[in-house]
Amino acid sequence: MKILIIEDQQDMLQNMKDFLEKENFVVETAESVSEARNKIGVYTYDCILLDINLKDGSGFSLLEDLKKKEIEDGIIIVSARNSLDDRLQGLNLGADDYLAKPFHMAELNARVKAVLRRRQFKGNNKIKIGNLCVDLDEHEASIGEQLLNLNRKEFEILLFFVSNQNRLVNKSALAEHVWGDHIDQADSFEFIYSQIKNLRKKLKTADAGIEIKAVYGIGYKLVEE
Amino acid sequence: MKLLNYTTSYFAAILFLLLGIWAVIFYLEMLDEIYDSLDDGLDNHKMLVIKQAKNNPEILQRLDFEDGSYTIRPISDQRAINFRDSYRDTLMYMQNEKEYEPVRLLETVFKNGDNFYKLKIITSMVEEDDLIEDLLFSLILLYIGLILSIVLLNNLILKKIWNPFYGLLQQLKNFRLEKDQQIKTIPSTIEEFNLLNTRIEQMLGKSISSYNSQKQFIENAAHELQTPLAISINKLELLVENEDLNSEQIELVASVLNNLEGLTRMNNSLLLLSKIENQQFPEEELVVFNDLIDELKLDFEDLASHKEMKINVENFSQLEYKMNKGLARILLSNLLKNAIMHGERSSEINIRISSKSFNISNISNQGSLDTDKVFTRFQKNSQVKGSNGIGLAIAHTIAEKYNILLNYTYEGKHSFLLSFPQVDS
Repeated sequence: MKILIIEDQQDMLQNMKDFLEKENFVVETAESVSEARNKIGVYTYDCILLDINLKDGSGFSLLEDLKKKEIEDGIIIVSARNSLDDRLQGLNLGADDYLAKPFHMAELNARVKAVLRRRQFKGNNKIKIGNLCVDLDEHEASIGEQLLNLNRKEFEILLFFVSNQNRLVNKSALAEHVWGDHIDQADSFEFIYSQIKNLRKKLKTADAGIEIKAVYGIGYKLVEE
Repeated sequence: MKLLNYTTSYFAAILFLLLGIWAVIFYLEMLDEIYDSLDDGLDNHKMLVIKQAKNNPEILQRLDFEDGSYTIRPISDQRAINFRDSYRDTLMYMQNEKEYEPVRLLETVFKNGDNFYKLKIITSMVEEDDLIEDLLFSLILLYIGLILSIVLLNNLILKKIWNPFYGLLQQLKNFRLEKDQQIKTIPSTIEEFNLLNTRIEQMLGKSISSYNSQKQFIENAAHELQTPLAISINKLELLVENEDLNSEQIELVASVLNNLEGLTRMNNSLLLLSKIENQQFPEEELVVFNDLIDELKLDFEDLASHKEMKINVENFSQLEYKMNKGLARILLSNLLKNAIMHGERSSEINIRISSKSFNISNISNQGSLDTDKVFTRFQKNSQVKGSNGIGLAIAHTIAEKYNILLNYTYEGKHSFLLSFPQVDS
């Protein structure tokens, strides 16, 4: 899988590159619109991460060009301009997703994988880890033949962990992903703990080959046993 | 009391006093003149009588006023020597009027031959009564006339003169710094008003521009913080995945991460707040609050059930209001979030929706909040960790933007009430 990151903030670029490389993606980078144009003209990518505010132009114009040339790469806009207008404009121009800075790496990972899945596995939208199978179309998860009885949020938690397998998932990244802005305060950590506890119980009862491990103070990690 | 009426009432009081004093003086003067002329008449009459008495001693025996206006009777020498002339008012029975009428009386003595006589001469002063009446009447007329003309002048001329002032006042009354409106002053030929106009224009211009630049500053600052925050958080996330870290080091990183995330949330809130204030949510649609709260209730279901809280929604009527839907959602979710965060475990949250109001109340043992400061930014409640005290400020700013009143009351329960304005359709 090949990913192109277009971002003029070098630190930001390096972070994303390092993180995605750990996921075994082939990552290429561009720091300007012109550099990006050159690369896109030569290679094809599975996913492009596109910043809007670039030194030599707007990411939107690049996005328009890409769509005109009918380039099928998946595109995620990554922008510090978290305004509804930008988001709508980006999505209307054909971007697959819009991610506002600052974001958690786990969130970026989940978004990239979602885009890749939508592009690559048309029709067969299932993820398997050990004896766990997550069916994205049906919103179901099963262990072996046994269907897990998960509510909507529990399914989302599990999916987020599955997208970030073996990666450390920050508690607030998880909270923001599943509950949005609603749970950004107060005893949210205790709340997340109790949600995870329920999910773990269900996985354990079904004899799952995966485990959600707690990493003290930070969050959790999904590992295959 | 209005300025115009105020001056009128002052004029009325002063005129009343002045006209009163003037009337008294005028009346006394007139009276003096009248008496003077009456007394002169009596004096003249006296001379004539004395002269007549010399030629015609018969009249020296007139003891009453029957057919004339004088009486003469002899008096002793002794009394005559000590007698002084006197003018006085008295009453006398008038045959024609059949009642007592005031008359002016002159008593004097004169010597005819060797004898002294006492002479009383009267003259009618009936007209003097009428004079006082006339005077009072015309005084009242004058007073009413003056007051009326002052009121009229105030209303016609003064109002015209003060027009720029009242125009300015009217605009200042409705002026709100956040609303980004302009004050249009009415040009005047009066120097003071022109000075007032230019000064106010200058002051408001300064306020508006500093308010705008402050808003812009907050937005820019918050915006510029996003990237460094993102970089820092992401670097720490990468660092903490490092296998070589021991648990103590991980905990340290975790603590830094937590604080950075807190900073990010606060920054996001500030950014949102300044975006609302900078009118960056122009789209509006008819939002049905009853439906919106049902959606939010679902979103908060997990959090509420975690605290074993029950959210009761009572819909008395459909509540619709034209506003930005995203902001409506933020407004309600901030109020609901606040109620869940600060509510007691296992208590109930009650929401009542009527056609013009939305009320949410929760039970808490913290006692009343400071009603003056509850919607102020960074008004922290130390008992709840992680709350940045900006959620209610955002709710308040949104409500204010759409002319909705947001009030907090405490009567055993914390209660937030949104009152929607009547819409003329």
